[in-house]
Amino acid sequence: MVYSPHTEADRARMLAAVGVATVDALFDDIPSAVRAGDWAVPPPLVEQDVRAELARLAGRNRIPDVSFLGAGVYRHLVPSVVGEVIGRPEFATSYTPYQPEVSQGTLQSIYEFQSLICELTGMEVATASHYDGATATAEAALMACRLTRRSRVAVSAGVNPDYRRVLETYCSGPGIEVLTVPLDLAETGSGTTDAARVEALVTDDVACLIVAQPNFYGQIEPMRDLAEAAHAVGAQFVAVVEPTSLAILEAPGAYGADIVAAEGQPLGIPASFGGPYVGLMAARMATVRQMPGRLVGAARDGSGRKGYVLTLQAREQHIRREKAASNICTNQALMALAATTYLTAVGPAGLHEVADLSSVQARHTAGALEAAGLAERRFGGSYFAEVTLRLPDAARRHAALVEQGIVAGYLPERDEPALNDTLLVAATELTSDEDIERLVAALESTR
Amino acid sequence: MSAVDAPERSDPSGRGAAFSGTTGGEELTIVEPLIFARSRDERRGVRFPTASDRALNHADGQPELPASALRAAAPRLPEVTELDLLRHFNRLAHLNHAIDLGFYPLGSCTMKYNPKVNEWAARLPGLADSHPLDPEPMSQGSLELMWLLGELLKEVSGFPAISLQPAAGAHGELTGMLMTRAYHRANGEGETRTKVLVPDSAHGTNPATASMVGYQTVTIRSNERGGIDLDALRGALGPDVAALMITNPSTLGIFEDQIDQVIAAVQDAGAIAYMDGANLNAILGRFQPGAAGFDIMHFNLHKTFSTPHGGGGPGAGPVGVSERLAPFLPSPIPVLAEGDADEVRANAWAGRSTPGARFALDDDRPGSIGKVRSCHGNFGMFVRAYTYIRSNGGSGLRTISDDAVLAANYLRVRLRGTYDLPYDRISKHEVVFSGRRQKREHGVTTLDIAKAILDHGIHPPTIYFPLIVEEALMVEPTETESLETLDQFVDVMEEIARTAATDSAAIKRAPITTPVGRLDEAAAARRPDLRHQFADAPAATAPGSPPTPEAPTA
Repeated sequence: MVYSPHTEADRARMLAAVGVATVDALFDDIPSAVRAGDWAVPPPLVEQDVRAELARLAGRNRIPDVSFLGAGVYRHLVPSVVGEVIGRPEFATSYTPYQPEVSQGTLQSIYEFQSLICELTGMEVATASHYDGATATAEAALMACRLTRRSRVAVSAGVNPDYRRVLETYCSGPGIEVLTVPLDLAETGSGTTDAARVEALVTDDVACLIVAQPNFYGQIEPMRDLAEAAHAVGAQFVAVVEPTSLAILEAPGAYGADIVAAEGQPLGIPASFGGPYVGLMAARMATVRQMPGRLVGAARDGSGRKGYVLTLQAREQHIRREKAASNICTNQALMALAATTYLTAVGPAGLHEVADLSSVQARHTAGALEAAGLAERRFGGSYFAEVTLRLPDAARRHAALVEQGIVAGYLPERDEPALNDTLLVAATELTSDEDIERLVAALESTR
Repeated sequence: MSAVDAPERSDPSGRGAAFSGTTGGEELTIVEPLIFARSRDERRGVRFPTASDRALNHADGQPELPASALRAAAPRLPEVTELDLLRHFNRLAHLNHAIDLGFYPLGSCTMKYNPKVNEWAARLPGLADSHPLDPEPMSQGSLELMWLLGELLKEVSGFPAISLQPAAGAHGELTGMLMTRAYHRANGEGETRTKVLVPDSAHGTNPATASMVGYQTVTIRSNERGGIDLDALRGALGPDVAALMITNPSTLGIFEDQIDQVIAAVQDAGAIAYMDGANLNAILGRFQPGAAGFDIMHFNLHKTFSTPHGGGGPGAGPVGVSERLAPFLPSPIPVLAEGDADEVRANAWAGRSTPGARFALDDDRPGSIGKVRSCHGNFGMFVRAYTYIRSNGGSGLRTISDDAVLAANYLRVRLRGTYDLPYDRISKHEVVFSGRRQKREHGVTTLDIAKAILDHGIHPPTIYFPLIVEEALMVEPTETESLETLDQFVDVMEEIARTAATDSAAIKRAPITTPVGRLDEAAAARRPDLRHQFADAPAATAPGSPPTPEAPTA
C-alpha cells in the first residue's frame, strides 16, 4: 500500500497488543466457503508511472479546437480563483459538517451558497445541493407529489431529454405517472411548450408542471402563462433554469415558480465528461419541510456567537429513516463551493457580461450561418444562448466537422425524430468570432 | 450563559488564533462575516470581453428577447475583488477540521488520506475539458478510463457487471432497489414482493431508499453477538419479500460470520441479496461480495477509493450486480465495442493503448431501469479512483484492508478498559464503544465526550450511531494513520474519561478552543434562518430592454 505509515515493527506491536499472531487471524470470521481467492488486479505503480498512465488516457481524448456543443453542459471560463478555493484541503478533505464547531468554514460557505441561489432564482429557500440538474428535477417532482398528494406529473418536452429519462426512472419506483407535454414543433412553430396540450394534460390530478427556461432547444418559454395554467388546477409549477441566464432572464420567483431546479455546472465547474456537477433546488419557505436534502441555518452558541449548523434534519434519512423526504445523504458540497466562489468572483456585472456575451455570440453564430445561406432558424420566437438551426444533411456534416476538430453542436434527432436535419448550437463567452468564422467555413466545405 | 461569563477562550491548537479580536461589521461575535458584508458597489473581480461590432451586427438581425421574459431586478451578488474573495474563503477554510489537518476517525465514513496525485490526474485538461456529449471518437480516453475502472471494480468485488452512473452511496442504493423492483416485475412478482428487510443496525439511507422505491421496510433485529439474527431473518422471509439490504461488515464493524447462510436464505426465498458496500475498506482481497453470491452492491468511491469527501460530496456510488440483475443496470454503459478485452486490459496495465480498440456507450438496453443521473456519473471521481487503484495495485489494496482492520482492533483493545465495548469481538475497519458508563456514573454523555475531543485537535468519532448501541462512539481509524496518532488518540480518550470522573463540568464546557462553542441546534430549527436577508433597500435595477454589452448591470 503506497500510503501506509506502518513499519513492520509497528505492525508487530499492534498484533501483539491485539493478541493475534498474524493479521490473517483478524479475518477468521469470514466463512471459509466465501473467502476471496486470488484476483487479477495489476501490480502497484509509482507516481511517475501512474502519471504516465493517466496522461496516456487523457491524451486519447481529443478536445475539440472549436465547439458549439452545449445541450445542458456549457464550457464557460472557470476563473483561476475557483480552483484555488475548492482545492484547499480544509474544504476538500473534510466530511459532512456533523460537528459544527470544527466545520464553520463548510457550513458558512453553504449558507452563502443557499443565499446566492435564493438571490439568483428569486426564491426563499435553497438546499445545500443535489447530485445534478436531472436529479434535482426528479426530486422536485417527488416533492410536488408529497405537497399535493397527487401521483401524476407533467413535464414539457422542452426539458433536457436526459433529465426526463432520470425523472422517468425516479418516478417508476413509487409508481408515479409521467405525462409529457409536447412542444410546438411545426415548421414555423414556436418550439415552446404547446399551450393547447398543456390545457388538455395538466388537469386537477397532476402534481406539477415542469418546464425549462430556456428550453432544451434554446427557446424562451412563456413562463408566466404556464405557471398560471399549473396553478389553475392546484399543481405546483417547477421551473428548470440555466443559472447564468438568470442575470438577464426573469427570476423564477417573479413568474410564479413554486420549485426551481437547475444544473449548476455553468457556474465555474468544468465539463469533466459529465461530472461532478451540482444540482440546485430552491422553493418557498412554506414548503421547506417537504424539501429533500441538507439545509444549513444560522445558530448561536452559549456566548451569543453566531455560527451555522445543519438544520431541519427531521426531514432527513439519518433521523427519519423510512419516513424521510429523500434518501439523499452525500451531496455535491465541494461543487456548491465552486458555484459560490464563481458567483462571488464574477459578481452581478460579470454574470451579466457572461450571459449577455453568450447570447450575443449565439445570435452572431445563427446570423452568420443564415447570411452564408448555410442554415436557418428552425423555430420562430426568441432564444437565449443556444439555437436550433435547420441544416440539410446535418448528421453527415456534423461527422465531417468532427474530423476537422470541430464539434458543430448537438444533433437533436437523437431524442426527437421530428428534428432530423437540425443542429442545436450553443455559444458562451468563450466563443470567439474566429470560432464562428471557422464553423461557417467548415460547413461551407461540406455543402 | 451570557456573553459576560463566557469561558476564556484559549487556543492551544493555534487554529482559531488568527481570529481573536476580529469583528464582523455589525456582528461583533462572528469570526468571519458573510461575503455580503465585504461587498462594495462596482468593485470587480473577474472581467469578460465585450462583443465585437461584427458580432453585434449579426446578432441584431436575430429576434430580441421579449420584455416579459427579462429580469426586473439584478441579483444582488457580492461585488468584491479577487483578493477580497480569497481572504474570505481562506479564512473560512481555517475554521474547518480536515484530514489534511488532523486525525478524523469518523466511523462509517472512511476518512483516509486523499492522495494528491489523484487531484493532479482529475485536472488534466484532456479529461477535465472533455464534454460528456463530445462524439465518441473524441472521447476514447474518457470511455477507456471508465471501462477500465469498471473492470477493476468487478475484479475487486467479484461481480460480473457494473454501472458507474450513481453519484453517491445512497444513489447507488436507489439504483439497486429500482433494479430489484424491475427484476421482480420481469418475473411477474412486482406486485407481490412489497417488503424490504433491513437490519436494525443499518444506515438510515437503507430504509429511506426502500421507501423511495415504494417498498415497505421491515426491521430485522441483531443478535446478542451483533450479527443479524438468522432465525428472525428466516421468519421474515417469504413470497412478499423483495430484498434484504445488509451492510457487511456491519455498522458495528463486525463481519457477518454466517453471511453464506444469510445469502442462501434470502435467495431460497426468491429475494434479492443487496450488500451496502459502505464498509468495503475492511475486506479488500478477503471477501468478494459478488463471488459470495450477493446480487447487488454499491461502492462508495469517496470512502474505499479515497476520492476526497469535499465537506459532504461529491461522492460516487457505482453498483456491481450479478448476471441475473445485469439486464436492468442503468444505461448507457461504457463498453469495449471493438477489440479483445484481455488484450486491452493487459496493455492498459502495462501503460499502453491497444491499436484498433474502440470504446462506446451502449444505450440499447431494453431491460434497463433507465438513467439515474444525467451524462455518465461523477467522472472526476472515476479518474481519482482509477488513479488510486493503479497506484496501490492488487497487493496494495489488500494491505489497505489489513492495516485498516489492524488499526481498529488495536484501538479496540487499547480502549476497552476505559469505555464500554458492548460487542467485544474481532472487529473489522471500525469499532463501536459506548459512553454509557460515563453517562451513568458521571452524567457525561457521548455528545460531551465528542465535544471534548474537539479541544484536542481531533475530529470525534461518529456518535449515537448505530442506534442499537447506547451512547455510541463509532471509531474508524483507517489505514493511513500512524501508530503515534493512534496512541495519541488513546491518550486523549483516556484523559477525557479521567476528567469526566473528576471534573465533569469541564467536559460539559467543551469545546473551548474552537471558533464557536456548542451551537443551539434546537433554536435554529425552531426559527430557521436559511439565507442572508438584505437590508430593505430595493435591489438594483436590471436593464428593461434586451441586453447589450454596453450596458452591464452594476
